[in-house]
Amino acid sequence: MRRRRLAGFVIAAATTALIAGCGSSSKGPVTLNWYVFPEPSGSFAAAAANCSKASGGQYNIKLNFLSTSSDQQRVSLVRRLAANDSSIDILAMDVDWTAEFATAKWVHPVPAALSAQIRSQDLPGPIQTATYNGQLWGVPINSNTQLLWYRKDLVPNPPTTWGQMITDAIELARKGKPHYIEVQGAQYEGLTVWFNSLVNSAGGQILGPNNTVVIGPTSRAAALIMRLLANSPAADPSLNVTMEGQADTAFDMGNAAFELNYPFVWNSAQKTNPAVAKQMAYAPFPRVAPELAPRVSIGGYNLGISSHSKHPDLAFAAVQCLTQPANQTTYAVKGGLAPVAASIYSVPSFQKAYPFHSLIKQQLETYGLRPQTAAYADVTLAIQKALSPTSNIIPGSVVTTLRNEIKLSLSSGALL
Amino acid sequence: MTTGAVAAPPAAAAPPRRRRLTERAREERRLAALLVGPALIVMIAVTAYPIIDAVILSLQRSDLRFPAQSKFIGLANYGHVFSAPVFWQDVLHTVIITVISVSIQFVLGMCLALIMHRAIFARGLVRGVALIPYGIVAVVAAYSWELAWSLNSGWIPKLLGLSGDPLSHTFGTYVAIIVTEVWKNTPFMALLLLAGLALVPDELLEAAKVDGATAWQRFIRITVPLMKPAILVALLFRTLDAFRIFDTIYIFNQGAQGTESISMLNYATLLNRLNLGLGSAVSIVLFLFVALIAFVFIKGFGAGAAPGGEG
Repeated sequence: MRRRRLAGFVIAAATTALIAGCGSSSKGPVTLNWYVFPEPSGSFAAAAANCSKASGGQYNIKLNFLSTSSDQQRVSLVRRLAANDSSIDILAMDVDWTAEFATAKWVHPVPAALSAQIRSQDLPGPIQTATYNGQLWGVPINSNTQLLWYRKDLVPNPPTTWGQMITDAIELARKGKPHYIEVQGAQYEGLTVWFNSLVNSAGGQILGPNNTVVIGPTSRAAALIMRLLANSPAADPSLNVTMEGQADTAFDMGNAAFELNYPFVWNSAQKTNPAVAKQMAYAPFPRVAPELAPRVSIGGYNLGISSHSKHPDLAFAAVQCLTQPANQTTYAVKGGLAPVAASIYSVPSFQKAYPFHSLIKQQLETYGLRPQTAAYADVTLAIQKALSPTSNIIPGSVVTTLRNEIKLSLSSGALL
Repeated sequence: MTTGAVAAPPAAAAPPRRRRLTERAREERRLAALLVGPALIVMIAVTAYPIIDAVILSLQRSDLRFPAQSKFIGLANYGHVFSAPVFWQDVLHTVIITVISVSIQFVLGMCLALIMHRAIFARGLVRGVALIPYGIVAVVAAYSWELAWSLNSGWIPKLLGLSGDPLSHTFGTYVAIIVTEVWKNTPFMALLLLAGLALVPDELLEAAKVDGATAWQRFIRITVPLMKPAILVALLFRTLDAFRIFDTIYIFNQGAQGTESISMLNYATLLNRLNLGLGSAVSIVLFLFVALIAFVFIKGFGAGAAPGGEG
């Protein structure tokens, strides 16, 4: 009889050599480590190389890609920043991290001269995302805002309000046509983005100055729209697990008539399903109240300089180069990232790559902003948990629940 | 993630020690100490130190974002944990997943172990194939099951003719998570039970057969009692693991639809909210739960007792 032995695996811990960024020698360019979300088109890599070359041997920007998920990016960065790791020089901060990173003193404030340049050059929405306590803490590199995407073969005139859109969808459902409204209903940051867009569009806010919770009738109106959609035939059966990617896929599969999503869906549809792409059109984010312009939660990234960087001055110079309009145009044309500099919106090559440029510009001027607080991670978790699943929102108590949970989340001693 | 309690089988009772040691015995002891020493130091460094550090952190208000506000606050964090409804909800979710998934794993694992034990031909192949799910990386397994269950891309909703999305509902999500856990961990259970089956002497079973016992009677009256130590160890290992469930839920939906486990809560508090004090308190409480489970199994049911040792 043969006996089989179970082999045990010995995992040898590999020791990684730590590369000291640079010595104090005056010879050779300084290496600046840039940590950023993965950019597949290669436009970040090209810009990093060009800026390094243009510095005349002063610095060399080394690109380091983080995970695709914003939560994971934050966890990776925070772990190193909190440990005083000097190997990060430039970091791409999601727009909702500004207050937190500034309060924890993980990033340097932007110097006055560069701040003045940003304020004169960029659109108001992106500037505001990088501002905390009247000071800029990051240099906006790209922005993002959701539009309404719809099928023009099913919907000849795009709806302008949420109420009208849901009615249109129900009407399509009655006729047995594709009718879903694809929107981010999963319990994650996208749910907060949706809720905040609705609250801001209703003319309200979630947090006021000094972290006061100002949840009120506008939040109720927002929650009621979410509930109405979730319990209507307009809701995709997968609404509770839908994030940006799933919404994009469902629209491309032809199941939906409407989609609320970022502009990446435009190119994605051309690649995935040209038949759907041919019928795809765009319109402004729907209004909550007919008389109020929509205010859509701004996305995008700002570049901050780590407080532990050994070369903050060079890093700011590098950031200035990386975010100059010529580079932003490349990021937009090649990579689809919405620019933050106002002038780019009139560049013909950009307009061609971004047919919806005027809508984007308008929504970055009349914008919505997620709560700016150092405890944003806690607040957004509280919002997500209070509103998920959207079909179970209770109209009578949702305002109280939200207010209590958000207040709780702002104290250090509450489990959420 | 969390530090699991390891149930060390108590060493065989030492004979009464001789007072006087020979020169040779003393030398051997010194050698033994030298041999064990490095391992002990490593254990202290990688296990004891983090646990003690977590205990200290759990007694503080400590937040990565607000280092200036750190201070000692005694047992307040534990008070926050035990008074939070979300904590007890998560305990309930964890218990539901643990009890159901380990029960199913036990029944299926026993069947699988019997098949592997009795396989007449291709024994190695049967055992190898049965172990494949256990060899797959947990995250990969969770992703493939998540895709299999999702309405648009998966084969399971099509197979069952579902019109709704199972992962949009609490019940469907629990079923999906438990199926994943069962699929992934049954082979490990089977392996531990197979070792127990080897303890059952064939002569006993043959004698029972001669006496006219049916197959079921032989299994219940002879095989199971003789396997008891192995069964308890298998159940103990799997229960401890299942109670710390994290990867599957994290991949499926990060705890949405009312499936958040204690480990998920712990992760959210520590790594998303960066609240080290409160998060460490959750870790320590989870550690105590796990230790309690181990204690109940070992002291209550006699898991880890020497084979045949009837308490």
